[in-house]
Amino acid sequence: MTEAQHPLDHLLRADRLPHIWCPGCGIGIAMRCLVLALEELGRPLDRVVVVSGIGCSARVAGYVRLDGFHTTHGRAIPFATGLKLAKPDLTVIVFSGDGDLAAIGGNHLIHAARRNLDLTVICVNNFIYGMTGGQFGPTTPLSARSTTTPYGNFEPPFNLPALVAASGAVYVARWTVFHVRRLITAFQEAIAKRGFSFVEVLSPCPTGYLRRNKLGEALEMMRYFKARSEIRHGADPAEAGIEMGGKLLLGKFVDIQRPTYHERMREQLARSFIEPYAEKVSEEIKAEEVES
Amino acid sequence: MSRWEVKIAGFGGQGIILAGYLLGKAAAVYDRRHATMVQSYGPEARGSACASQVIIADEPISYPYVTEPDVLIAMSQEAYTRFAAEVKPGGLLLIERDLVALDMMRSDLARPGEDGVRLHALPATKIAEELGHRIVANIVMLGFLCALAPIVSLSGMKEALRSSLPKSAIELNLMAFEAGYARGLQVGYNLAGNPSQRKEGV
Amino acid sequence: MKRGPAVLTGVHFFNGDVACAEGALAAGCRFFAGYPITPATEIAERMAERLPEVGGTFIQMEDEIASLSAVLGASWAGVKAMTATSGPGFSLMMENLGFGYMTETPCVIVNVQRGGPSTGLPTLVGQGDMLQARWGSHGDYETIVLAPSSAQEMFDLTIAAFNLSEKYRLPVLLLSDAIIGHITERVIIPPEEEIPIVNRKTFRGPREAYLPYLPDEDLVPPMVAAGEGYRVYITGLTHDERGYPSTSPEVQERLVCRLVEKIRRNKHDIIRLEECGIEDAEVVLVAYGVSARVAYRAMELARAAGHRVGWLRLITVWPFPEERLRDLATRVRAFIVPELNLGQIVREVERCAEGRTRTIPVLRPGGAVHAPRELLTSIEEAFHD
Repeated sequence: MTEAQHPLDHLLRADRLPHIWCPGCGIGIAMRCLVLALEELGRPLDRVVVVSGIGCSARVAGYVRLDGFHTTHGRAIPFATGLKLAKPDLTVIVFSGDGDLAAIGGNHLIHAARRNLDLTVICVNNFIYGMTGGQFGPTTPLSARSTTTPYGNFEPPFNLPALVAASGAVYVARWTVFHVRRLITAFQEAIAKRGFSFVEVLSPCPTGYLRRNKLGEALEMMRYFKARSEIRHGADPAEAGIEMGGKLLLGKFVDIQRPTYHERMREQLARSFIEPYAEKVSEEIKAEEVES
Repeated sequence: MSRWEVKIAGFGGQGIILAGYLLGKAAAVYDRRHATMVQSYGPEARGSACASQVIIADEPISYPYVTEPDVLIAMSQEAYTRFAAEVKPGGLLLIERDLVALDMMRSDLARPGEDGVRLHALPATKIAEELGHRIVANIVMLGFLCALAPIVSLSGMKEALRSSLPKSAIELNLMAFEAGYARGLQVGYNLAGNPSQRKEGV
Repeated sequence: MKRGPAVLTGVHFFNGDVACAEGALAAGCRFFAGYPITPATEIAERMAERLPEVGGTFIQMEDEIASLSAVLGASWAGVKAMTATSGPGFSLMMENLGFGYMTETPCVIVNVQRGGPSTGLPTLVGQGDMLQARWGSHGDYETIVLAPSSAQEMFDLTIAAFNLSEKYRLPVLLLSDAIIGHITERVIIPPEEEIPIVNRKTFRGPREAYLPYLPDEDLVPPMVAAGEGYRVYITGLTHDERGYPSTSPEVQERLVCRLVEKIRRNKHDIIRLEECGIEDAEVVLVAYGVSARVAYRAMELARAAGHRVGWLRLITVWPFPEERLRDLATRVRAFIVPELNLGQIVREVERCAEGRTRTIPVLRPGGAVHAPRELLTSIEEAFHD
């Protein structure tokens, strides 16, 4: 007897089900969008690596049937940096949460964007620390309640698209888990983009954020995502700040060209070395360079 | 068999560490002896007190610090004031004439007797300036030292200079070394062997 | 500029930091991530210059946490990787160090110790991180710590550190100090073919047959790299043989005990000591790093004064050479342990002495080495009491 196969079973570790996410959580949707994007993109999946830090979103690295590294809290990006530098033909995707990437790992986030190393960072922003039970984080809107802001949050949050755009990211987009087609396209574009790409995915945390702020069930959040989203490609990321109950600016804010870390490194070293520097770069990347 | 303990002291920017490095390299790499060089310096990159300590021996060197130098090169007043008293009887005390005030010197040093410390003042910076750049004052001093004491071979010293410096600087440095060496020969003696043949300091 | 050789065979006058970098290159290290810190910066500077010459990669990261993260990532890309730091940076690395032990990631971390705590004495010597190196990351683990005493050993032991890390699949620590990092001495680099190199065990069977954490008989599991098609999942969570997270106490026990056992069981292969004058010794100086050089001089002075004094140098500090110390404790009058901290390794010596012989600490909190005369005084006291 064969069990029914899900069409994405070859991309997911079905033997790890059930997953840890709560009913109504949006992380699973984001993960599904990622594997669909990868499937359609046609990159050799043996060469795709997912790196995460700590938190609910970080568990994705262990559910996808790819090389996955579930590293220490906040350190997914520098770990991914080492992987990519040591093996430049890997497609390296960082998939983690807003607390992991923008609070404890915030310094790595801006420096990776500055370097423009060819990484894709997917940041699921659920406005809260979910795994530890609902503490405020670097993206929690003003006045929102959390277990550590029992009287309401008075720390202004980061506007992540503005932060990474200002730091040098060449691709910056924001979508919600309601906008799945857009999200898949954004993931594909971000992965295909050479250089540091960043996709923020707004997502409901029914347990840690919605309930405490009396924002209803996850479905209410999805309705909110639908009703209050304004899609404006090319918008100034500085306008993308989020307030409680306010409108959500979505779209592809940044899509520019800038030499990547490897391009600059090779160019700089070529000035000093007679022979080309990057002997370890795979045939694939060399071919890409010829094309471009 | 001989053992030499050399302390070179001055301030950051005078090439104190480089001088110690070159001396040690000549011994370790070209004369195939044992040599250690340790350095001390303040937090400032330029201008603070700075010293390098070189030990050259035929056997492995365990304790790498100079306790009783056979040679002290003092390139500043502070270096002289702090370290002059450490020099072994019969040892060499070489000072940068224009940076160490004579009237502040230890009165017992200038006597040329068997047990006394042999003091020589050399205007190394002035000589270096005449050659084109004051930066080679340290090398002038090294040349001076090499004429007075057989610490390292002349060929080893020159090889160390050639192999350690940028190509554009080699000629000037070799000239500086020769100039110092010539001044040393004029002094008219050479300490054959270790002046005191004492055991390693404690 | 041309490509340079990875192994600079010949006689050199290098400082310890430069020798360390050259040792790494000779061992096959092709990735370095670091952050500037006195007195370890020269290692990064040398690697920045040399790695591009040999087709490797150097990156200066935004901090020491990122540096070790990148090193671990590079190791999982199949490349031998190293970072170098000093006390403050070493403290920042503690969490990722644990990740390295838990995920069994080969790499080398150099700590050129300076006086602490905190910013302490950036330019001056200390040996205050010896217990941090053993116990600094949370949870239970075993590690390997080597302590060089010369520029030559900065070269030799960096190679040894890489070989041990590849063999036993763990981060190996080279605990140097500001004097050994900066001392400039003759360093002899042998011909490339005379340098023994160990590479990690790899798995090359079918993907379905691979369990990332299924150990061989030596308790070390074969390793694969990212991008080789094995689709591994590597986590710092307690994990089973598949690498999957588990909250079972049995899995925890199996995993953590194996991580510890793979070192303890192989301690005879790992531990290296150097001894002198032990045969007839009544008092033995036990030291490591720069302090071992001072102790050696003190032994010479004591022997010249007619005292039967021996000298034991810990090349491997962890795992601690308990058996040798226990054996000596039954036949000497005293151990004298000079350290540039206020009592770290002396605790281990005292533990091994088990009250059968005296253990005399000679301690100072860094800043300068002992004068040999200070140790001589302690030796004389040991004979008179």
